[in-house]
Amino acid sequence: MAEEKKAEEKKLFKVTIDNITVDVEPGTTILHAARMVGGDVTPPAMCYYSKLKGSGGKCRTCLVEVAAGSTADPRPMPKLVASCRTTVMDGMIVKNITSERVLEARAGVVELLLINHPLDCPICDQAGECHLQDLSYEHGKEGTRYEFKRRTFTPHNLGEYIQLHMTRCILCYRCVYTANQLTNKREHGILDRGDHAEIATYIEKALDNEFIGNVIDVCPVGALTDKTFRFKNRVWFTKPMDAHRDCPTCSGQVQLWMRGDEVYRVTARKDEWGEVKDTTEGKPGWICNDCRFHKKSVKDWVIEGPTQVNRHSVISQGHYVNTVTPKETLPEVMGGRAPKLLMNIHKVSDVNRPEIQLSKIEGPAHSDDFKPPTP
Amino acid sequence: MSVKLLLEKAHVEGIRSFDVYRREGGYRSVEKALKTMSPDAVTEEVKKSGLRGRGGAGFPSGLKWSFLAKPEGVPRHLVCNADESEPGTFKDRYLMEFIPHLLIEGLIVSSFALGSHATYIYIRGEYAWIPDILEQAIAEAKNNGFLGKNILGSGFDCEIYVQRGAGAYICGEETALIESLEGKRGNPRIKPPFPAVKGVWDRPTVVNNVETLAAVVPIINMGGEEYAKIGVGKSTGTKLISACGNINKPGVYEIDMTISVEEFIYSDEYCGGIPNGKRLKACIPGGSSVPILPANLLLKTAKGETRYMNYESLADGGFATGSMMGSGGFIILDEDQCVVKNTYTLARFYRHESCGQCSPCREGTGWMEKILKNIDTGKGKMSDIDLLWDIQRKIEGNTICPLGDAAAWPVAAAIRHFRDEFEWHVNNPQESQTRNFGLAHYADPIYVPA
Ligand SMILES: Cc1cc2nc3c(=O)[nH]c(=O)nc-3n(C[C@H](O)[C@H](O)[C@H](O)COP(=O)(O)O)c2cc1C
Ligand code: SF4
Ligand code: SF4
Ligand code: FES
Repeated sequence: MAEEKKAEEKKLFKVTIDNITVDVEPGTTILHAARMVGGDVTPPAMCYYSKLKGSGGKCRTCLVEVAAGSTADPRPMPKLVASCRTTVMDGMIVKNITSERVLEARAGVVELLLINHPLDCPICDQAGECHLQDLSYEHGKEGTRYEFKRRTFTPHNLGEYIQLHMTRCILCYRCVYTANQLTNKREHGILDRGDHAEIATYIEKALDNEFIGNVIDVCPVGALTDKTFRFKNRVWFTKPMDAHRDCPTCSGQVQLWMRGDEVYRVTARKDEWGEVKDTTEGKPGWICNDCRFHKKSVKDWVIEGPTQVNRHSVISQGHYVNTVTPKETLPEVMGGRAPKLLMNIHKVSDVNRPEIQLSKIEGPAHSDDFKPPTP
Repeated sequence: MSVKLLLEKAHVEGIRSFDVYRREGGYRSVEKALKTMSPDAVTEEVKKSGLRGRGGAGFPSGLKWSFLAKPEGVPRHLVCNADESEPGTFKDRYLMEFIPHLLIEGLIVSSFALGSHATYIYIRGEYAWIPDILEQAIAEAKNNGFLGKNILGSGFDCEIYVQRGAGAYICGEETALIESLEGKRGNPRIKPPFPAVKGVWDRPTVVNNVETLAAVVPIINMGGEEYAKIGVGKSTGTKLISACGNINKPGVYEIDMTISVEEFIYSDEYCGGIPNGKRLKACIPGGSSVPILPANLLLKTAKGETRYMNYESLADGGFATGSMMGSGGFIILDEDQCVVKNTYTLARFYRHESCGQCSPCREGTGWMEKILKNIDTGKGKMSDIDLLWDIQRKIEGNTICPLGDAAAWPVAAAIRHFRDEFEWHVNNPQESQTRNFGLAHYADPIYVPA
């Protein structure tokens, strides 16, 4: 009874995003409301990170149009707003993929994020799990109008664990917030300003705080990568496995990136937005350097099983068991009309066959494994 | 003949000293406010005066003050924005350098109105010699009982501190200024929350321009209603204009906002016309961020009416055919000036000054600068002009702070009004390196001094 009463008292706000209405708690951001809806309605977020206080507002990829501020004041907002830093009002109407203005501005942001990007995906360890790749694929335009030399920097050595490629950095500040919030003394930061701003330690210094490895997980691009995994494998050849160990420093709940019996890389577990998941105890699942860099043997870990992978992820190309299909929102956005599928890649491709679960194949997959069954 | 409220006494011998300033009637407003008025009554006078922020945006100051949150037990702060880094703007420097006590007086009265017991002046790093002048004025005011504890026996305590910036234009943006004042990297904050609710150290804060705060002195002395009678419409009081470029008498002028742009440029009381018999080509009327206007749209509006030196008239026609009062940095270009080079120079500035937090401004300013450099040096392509237009559109309105807009507007306005000059540069790569495009249609109507 008391519980029921409480639920009644808590007034929820109704917010409509791309024609889909959800009830959310006051104080929720537009981005979070959109994540509750899921699917294509969710704006891409390159700098916001829900586990990092103060993050967001910078990259401008999550811009949306507010067509009506609230029921009480239904005026539209004149400018596009950063959905990650704008809280909803009751009766707010938001347009994301149904707004031409948003799509144009977003394509603009993607173009600008890419003009100085080296596009060195073929030699970048982040390729395959890079948010900038996904963003460009989904919201960018083919070709570039930029005809100048791309920006370069004097390389800085951040020590034995973390590899910095400043040319790939999108200055999302996530690594700065991470160091501020997870370590007792931040040793790197952003020097200089404008398009010559860079991540550095000022005086050449190794980053060696026991939790600093998490900057690799929060970095949306290949600017900060794991030196112990450098050039060892492509992520889509490895199999993500949930595993844990009894760790005196952190929760010890991690994701192993394995090939056969070899552990190639250890990372924190991530959710479908690419953010570190909560541990079973409900705390953010940051992991310590020891788990991440030094426990590279299966003997170190209790393996729980294959990680759930979102079908949109390149990693899912391995067709792991536990693949989750993201919610399709397009018919709802389009007022009930279903988008016309021009081609179903699973039907026409011999290779991309969802019924084959690569994680069940011993060792590296071979083209023979994809041969259509002989009738 | 115009009224002078701020600079009238600026050239009295020895006015920098407390004694002379006081003898000339200084600090009367502090006595009046602290002894006979309540803080809210002071705010009320500022509201009545119609004073608008002199830092660029022109927001009504009294209204801004009334937004200040006043939670129990939380200190509030007044911060004076003396970062003045907008190219073409140097009015605050003049005021602080020549009549520093006027600012200190305005700060005391304003601090009283807002309940700020610790007030800060954040001053541009390059104004290296001015903090000493201000600190001396503060010390003198304190010695004479106008600062410190229990000012004039009113029970009001106030200290003023001078903080130097390190030379970043972005630290003039009020939330970047607050970050810098707190000792952090000068990145603008994401709003809301606004400074009126969470400013310095998360306390309610008002940030005002030097000139705005100095104007509080005459407002209290003469009363808000009297002050509002000076000027025209919503452009009340006097405004400091720093005039520079191709004029005979560059400098800082105090105008009441009823004079025409034509009078301001050509009369001997102000800029004194354009040197060497050259003709007027264009003008950036409110500091580098505001749209440039060709001569034909500067002296008269698109409707053919006389354009005046005030907020409304300068903005008449919107961005299509108008500009903005901005911070009052009035830059004149004569027929020998190249709009492409000018635009490139401004783009270089904005690229250098972007804080780099948000992608459109960080990347877009650099790209625009590179393209403009190409066009300026005869390496441009015709498609570059449309590309520039497209880039500025991608920046404008999509950034955290208005620096993005400030970088986009000059480029947009230059292309909007001077497209033929850009095209001429592209079509005549060699010739454009040896001579300027000249005037074309912009000087129409051609001004003939009477
Ligand atoms: C990039 C940028 C630079 C600015 N620089 C200054 C400045 O140097 N001085 C100033 O008074 N206001 C500056 N402003 C405006 C301030 O943000 C703020 O609006 C102003 O100080 C408010 O004072 P006012 O209401 O008295 O005009 C700047 C704004 C931006 C976006
Ligand atoms: S290094 Fe990575 S996490 Fe850090 S600011 Fe750059 S892109 Fe963001
Ligand atoms: S608009 Fe430019 S200066 Fe302002 S916050 Fe963004 S990057 Fe910084
Ligand atoms: S995710 Fe919102 S601005 Fe970057």
